[in-house]
Amino acid sequence: MLGEIIKYRDLLFMLAMRDIRIRYKQAIMGFAWAIFMPIMAIMAGVIVKLAMSFVSGKPLDLQGITSITVKVLPWTFFVSAIKFSVNSLVSNRTLITKIYFPRETLPFGAILASLFDFFIALCSLSILLAIARVGISMHILLVPFLLIFFILFTTGLGLILSSANLFYRDVKYIVDTILMFGIFFTPVFYSSATFGRWQALLLINPIGSILEAINDSVVLHQMPDILWLSYAGLSSILIFLLGVRFFRRLEPQFAERI
Amino acid sequence: MSNVIEFNNVWKKFNRGEKLNSIRDLVPAMFGKALPLGNGGALKKEEFWALQDVDFKVEKGEVLGIIGPNGAGKSTTLKLLSGIMPPNKGEIKINGKLSALIEVTAGFHPELTGRENIYLNGTILGMRKKEIDAKFNDIVEFSELGEFIDTPVKRYSSGMYSRLGFSVAAHMEPDILLVDEVLSVGDIAFQAKCANKMRELLNSNTTIILVSHNLALVQSLCKRVILIENGKIFKEGGADEVITHYQNIVYKKEGEKLQKKIRAAEDKPKINQNTLIDISNVLISNGDLKHKNSFKGDEPISVTIEYNAKKLIEKPVFNLTIVRSDGIICCSASTSDNGALKTSEIEGNGKIKIDFGKLNLTAGTYIIRIYIWDKDMMYAYIKRNQDIFRIELENFNRQTKAVFLPKVKWEIE
Repeated sequence: MLGEIIKYRDLLFMLAMRDIRIRYKQAIMGFAWAIFMPIMAIMAGVIVKLAMSFVSGKPLDLQGITSITVKVLPWTFFVSAIKFSVNSLVSNRTLITKIYFPRETLPFGAILASLFDFFIALCSLSILLAIARVGISMHILLVPFLLIFFILFTTGLGLILSSANLFYRDVKYIVDTILMFGIFFTPVFYSSATFGRWQALLLINPIGSILEAINDSVVLHQMPDILWLSYAGLSSILIFLLGVRFFRRLEPQFAERI
Repeated sequence: MSNVIEFNNVWKKFNRGEKLNSIRDLVPAMFGKALPLGNGGALKKEEFWALQDVDFKVEKGEVLGIIGPNGAGKSTTLKLLSGIMPPNKGEIKINGKLSALIEVTAGFHPELTGRENIYLNGTILGMRKKEIDAKFNDIVEFSELGEFIDTPVKRYSSGMYSRLGFSVAAHMEPDILLVDEVLSVGDIAFQAKCANKMRELLNSNTTIILVSHNLALVQSLCKRVILIENGKIFKEGGADEVITHYQNIVYKKEGEKLQKKIRAAEDKPKINQNTLIDISNVLISNGDLKHKNSFKGDEPISVTIEYNAKKLIEKPVFNLTIVRSDGIICCSASTSDNGALKTSEIEGNGKIKIDFGKLNLTAGTYIIRIYIWDKDMMYAYIKRNQDIFRIELENFNRQTKAVFLPKVKWEIE
C-alpha cells in the first residue's frame, strides 16, 4: 500500500489541491474560512466557561480560555477531516467506477485538505499564544508526536468510515450526528480532571487523551501522564492499521457496490 | 513475441438487483477474513454471469478489436483489464503500463480551470506531475483551447470539455492502451486529429485493445477481432472473417425481429378483408422453385405467388415491391407496366411468377409487399406484407447505405 501511495503521490497531492481549491473558489472569505470554525467553537467554549464561572462564583481564568483555544483546533480538524473523508468515496463515484487508481488516495486527499486548514489555523494560534505570553517549555517538543498520533487516528477512522459509507449510506448520517454532539463527550471545553475518578472514562477516547496531553505540554508546561500518553499512541497506531486493513479488504468491491 | 495481456478463463458475476449487504459481512472483513468474492461456481438468486470463461491473449504491439452487441460484456472486459474490478474466477496478467482512453472526462471537476483539470486528470490517469509539466503545452495545443485554459471547465461547451479530456488522455505514453468508442469526440477537424493520434500510437508499437461499434474502423485498425456475445467469446479470428460473421448475425436478428413484428400484426383483425381473392402462398427462390430465406447478393431472385380467386376476376393487376427493413423502397414491378404481362380473367387456384434476375442488393433484410388490384387500379383486392428474405454478407469491406451493389467495372482511360 505504501509503495502504491508513493507511486501515486502526485495524485494524492492533486486531489488534496482540488479539495482545497474548490473550497476557496467563489468564496468571498477565502482563507479566513480556515479559522472561521475554530473561532466559532472557541466562542462557544468561552460562553460555556463564563456560564460555569457565574454559577460557581469563581472568576473566569485566562488559562481556561487558552486551554479551550489550544484544544479546539485539533478538534475542528478532526471534525472536518472525518466529514470530508466519510464522503470522499461516494462523492467520487464516477472516478471509482470508471478509472483505476489506488482508492485510498481519496480519503487521504480529503484528510490532507483538512490538514491544510488546520495548519493555517495553527499558525494563527501560535501568534495568539505568543501575544498572550503563554510561554514555552521543553514539553512543546512532544507536540509534533502528539499531532502525528492524532492524524494517524483520524486517518484510520476516515478509512473505515469512508468505505463503510460506500456500502451503507446511513453511516454518513450517524457520523454527522456523533460529530455534532461529540464535543460534549470529549474534554475540549472542560478538563477531564474535573471528573475526578471518572476521568478515565473520558481518556479512553484517544482523542480525549491526546487533547489533554497537548494541553499539558503547551499550556500547563508539564509532562503528560505517561500511561495515558502511551495508550493514546498505541491505540492511534492500532486504529490506523485497522483502517488500512479494512479499506484494503473492501477495496476490490468498491466499483460494484458503490 | 511475448504476451503482454493474458486473460485466463475469466468469469465475472454481476448482481441484477439491489445488493443488500449486512453488517455481518463487514465485521469479518475488519479482522482479516477476506470478503468472499463469490465462491465462483454457484450463482445466487439475482446474479448472472457477465463474463463466462473468457480467455484470450494479446501479444506486444498487437491491435485487438472487441465487438459484440450491447450488454455482451465488452466494457466489463475492459474494466477487468484496467483493474477497476476483480474477476470472480480466472486470472488476468498484465505486463506493462496500461492506460485507458475510456471516459476521458471522468476526472474533471467543473469548478476547476482547464489548466488545473489537466493536472488533476493527468495524475488520475497515472501520469506524474513532471510528465504533465513537460507535455503541458502540447496538450493545450492539441485541445485548441489555448485562450480558455484558465477558464473553469463548467463554462466550457460539451465539445470543449471532451476535447480537453481526450487531449490529456492522448498524451499518455502507455505500453497498453484500452480504447472504448472515444474517437467520436468534437467536430470533424478534431476527429481527424484524433484519428491521426491513433495512427501514431499504432505505429509506435503500443498494444491496443479497441472496443467499438464502428465495424469499419475496427476492420481498418485491427488484424485480429474477438466477437463477444452474452459474456462468451463467440468467435475469434481475422478481422474480415469475424466482422462479416457478426454483421450476418445482426442481419439475421433484424430479420427475426421483423418477422415477429409482422406475425404480431397478422394476429390483429384485418379491416381490409376481401374474400374475392386470397394469396395462399408466396415462394421466394433463386429460380429452382425451392423456397429460400437467404440469398447471396448476386443470386437471381424469383417470386411465385399462389392465389385463389373465388369469383371470376377480370384483368387483375399484380404489383410487387421490395422494401428494405429500414423502409427504403428498393424496386417495384407490376403486371401493368409497359410490355410486362397482359392478364386476362382469372378464377380458382393459380400461380403467377416474377423473375427479378440478379438484383445485386446490398446485405440486409428485405420485405416483399404484394398487391392485387382491380383492372383500373382503383381498388386493391388484397395486400400482403409479410414475406421476408435476407441477403447474406459475404465480405465486410465497407459499410454502405446503398440499395444496390452492382458488379461494376473500373477502368482508367
